[in-house]
Amino acid sequence: MIETAYTQDWPKPLKAESRNLSFSYGLGLAIKNLSVPIAEYQVTALIGPSGCGKSTFLRCFNRMHDLYPGTRYEGEILLYPDSRNLLARDVDPIEVRMRLAMVFQKPNPFPKSIYENVAYGLKVRGITDRRVLDEKVELALRSAALWEEVKDRLPAEGTSLSGGQQQRLCIARALATDPEMLLLDEPTSALDPIATASIEELLLDLKQRVTIMIVTHNMQQAARVSEWTAFMYLGELVEFGLTKQVFTNPSKKQTEDYITGRFG
Amino acid sequence: MSKSIVMAREAIHISKPTIEKMAARRRTRQRRELVIESGLFLAALVSVAATLTILAVLLWESVGFFETVPLTDFLTDTLWTPLFDDAHYGILPLLAGTVVTSAVGLLVAIPVGTVSAIYLSEFASLRLRETIKPALELLGAVPTVVYGYFALLVVTPALQRLWPDLPGFNMLGPGIVIGIMILPLVISLSEDAMRAVPMVLREGSYAVGATRLQTAWRVVVPAATSGIVAAYVLGVSRAVGETMVVAIAAGQNPNLTWNPTEPAATITAYIVQVALGDLPHGSIGYQSIFAAGLVLAVMTFTFNMLGHFMRKRFREVY
Amino acid sequence: MLRRRKLMEAMFKAVGLCSLALAVGTLGLLFGALVVEGLERIDWQFLTSFPSRHAAQAGILPALVGSTLIMLVTSVVGIPLGVAAAIYLEEYARRTWVTELIEVTVTNLAGVPSIIFGLLALGLFVYIVGLGASILTAGLTLALLILPVVIVTTREAIRAIPVQIREAAYALGATKWQTVSHHVVPYSAAGILTGVILALSRAIGETAPIVTIGALTFIAFLPPAPVTAQPPYISFEWLMSPFTVMPIQMFAWVSRPGEDFASNAAAAGLLLVVMTLVMNGLAIYVRYRMRKRVAW
Repeated sequence: MIETAYTQDWPKPLKAESRNLSFSYGLGLAIKNLSVPIAEYQVTALIGPSGCGKSTFLRCFNRMHDLYPGTRYEGEILLYPDSRNLLARDVDPIEVRMRLAMVFQKPNPFPKSIYENVAYGLKVRGITDRRVLDEKVELALRSAALWEEVKDRLPAEGTSLSGGQQQRLCIARALATDPEMLLLDEPTSALDPIATASIEELLLDLKQRVTIMIVTHNMQQAARVSEWTAFMYLGELVEFGLTKQVFTNPSKKQTEDYITGRFG
Repeated sequence: MSKSIVMAREAIHISKPTIEKMAARRRTRQRRELVIESGLFLAALVSVAATLTILAVLLWESVGFFETVPLTDFLTDTLWTPLFDDAHYGILPLLAGTVVTSAVGLLVAIPVGTVSAIYLSEFASLRLRETIKPALELLGAVPTVVYGYFALLVVTPALQRLWPDLPGFNMLGPGIVIGIMILPLVISLSEDAMRAVPMVLREGSYAVGATRLQTAWRVVVPAATSGIVAAYVLGVSRAVGETMVVAIAAGQNPNLTWNPTEPAATITAYIVQVALGDLPHGSIGYQSIFAAGLVLAVMTFTFNMLGHFMRKRFREVY
Repeated sequence: MLRRRKLMEAMFKAVGLCSLALAVGTLGLLFGALVVEGLERIDWQFLTSFPSRHAAQAGILPALVGSTLIMLVTSVVGIPLGVAAAIYLEEYARRTWVTELIEVTVTNLAGVPSIIFGLLALGLFVYIVGLGASILTAGLTLALLILPVVIVTTREAIRAIPVQIREAAYALGATKWQTVSHHVVPYSAAGILTGVILALSRAIGETAPIVTIGALTFIAFLPPAPVTAQPPYISFEWLMSPFTVMPIQMFAWVSRPGEDFASNAAAAGLLLVVMTLVMNGLAIYVRYRMRKRVAW
């Protein structure tokens, strides 16, 4: 068990926080004893070599692991302001997913129209008023900087868009329901550099209205978009701190080695 | 872009439900999900229920049958005449009919099927394969009663040209037709098995200068053996259970013979023959078709399980 | 040496082609025989007449009506049951012994000879439940018979939907049933349709189980009409009616001696084969179209 190096600055106010979170499936322990604070209306990046558990950690926040048998959480994830423990036994994962939206590694629009893709989360929440839907869809697409490109072809299949557009569609789909947090799981790893840049730019705008957690294997990306960085290795948290500090003056050797490209 | 964000922040927010409201919604949602899951589960259980009911019905009526007929008579008597005054209940003649017609079928299906499968898997161009496979599917889709017509009125007359003494009802013609009927099954299952053999093995063989044919025979076929044998076993199961072809073209008289040129009834043909008549429920004749059915079910269950076990083992290897 | 090997290879290719030609040629021969013997027998009189002792006056009307009504019952019962079971197995079932048991029985039922389904129906539906040799009995029997085909093909179609699509729906707060009914089933509809068509094409040609439940071969009337002049205007009396179906009508004609009845049989066979070939062709076409426009 390693000792985590925490920064002297502490994020405030907090939107969420994991406390001594461990997660296991089958026989193995996937992540161990993670305590990470998430600052409200800021971007927290999770970095580390592949297999370090950063995506697993992210997927704990909206209980995606509950979809598969044989998984177990220990510890808690608190969501503020109501200090709800998302992992508590009496919390329905569906309620968690209604508050926290997720964008995946590979763009995964539904093979439905662009409009229906964005409106789906609202429909699931029982919203059927056409006027509300229209407005929400437009706002979400604007927020995802996709409106100008697709406003004339909302009935077209979401899958007919380019890769970068598809990912922005998925972001719009996630934003349409006004989530409290946006969880991004390596959202640009399947995209070309231009599409990646446009998504990064978008994130800088989005954090004014939503708290963002992003998993990335791209160090420059973490440095560009995030205020806070958590570096994970072998399922444990090695270091957490201001991104500036972690990247320029890491307190752990492992962090330094990873950031300077000596392994990973 | 920042303008759009401002708009978004001012947008109508969906009013967040209260804790009580959320709890109530959760209860409704969870109840609905549970009802749906239970319904789907019941639908899935129908297969189990059907299997158990098949066994129960066959066993139940057979118990009545074996109260009258000693098991030793059933297994050793060489006559099957349940509907005569002098009733005999030996399953052997029916079993012989089933075995002979199935054997003839396999003598057609195994060589033709194996060679076709090797050709399709190792030699045929993609285009040929894409054309042949749907055609084979169609061959497998023709109703069996039509195959019965074909056996009685096309194949048997053709055989009679070569063999004028052949009676109009015989086991040879329907046997051959059964072979053709199970061909699609045998070909597609053995081809699947051969195509599952990894390319690396073939490349190893080509690398030492073997031809395609040598590679097929010495590498692919041996590597796919259990999958190919599984195809044969499932073919046997299909042949044994085949009904209309033999009921139409092999004759209706139980006849203990191993000679395929003679007419003889099979287990399935006997069931059809009795069902066409008007036997009272509960009579020994009525019960006899369930006893015959039980023998058939045991045979096909065994072959099916064996075939699937082999296929599964084969899939685990690759 | 090299030449001998080449010769062997060429010989094998020839044998292989001949084998395939035998299989495919038989289909052609079968079809040809039915056309030669039966085509000229198919006319309006044949399609609209009842059976008769005189081959030339006999027709296939009750069999056509019977087959149609039975397919209706089979579809209404068999398709929802099979699709629901497949959804359960793919999306809901956990790895327990019950699931294992369900899977084994599905595999097993797929290989049970159809005549055994007939014995099941005779013992259960006809006598224990007391439905008699009715359209309902036949429809239920064939529904059980096609169940494994529908389950297996539906499962394959569902399995082709990538897990990312499901996760996208769940992440938006969808419940399991919403994910299944809004996404999984609609996106696999073409595959399910293929399986359903294949299953029905098998059911329409089935003879043995229908003979076993005691279907009549000589039916000189039609079942009661489903629509009536008096309220409530809909009648389900037809479900309990005796019936005959196309393959049984053909079987009855094949079994009668005489050239005339043989051509009636061929005509019925031709209709049957054309029906099943059209249905299979449709299924192959749907599958082909589907493969061309796979989105993932």
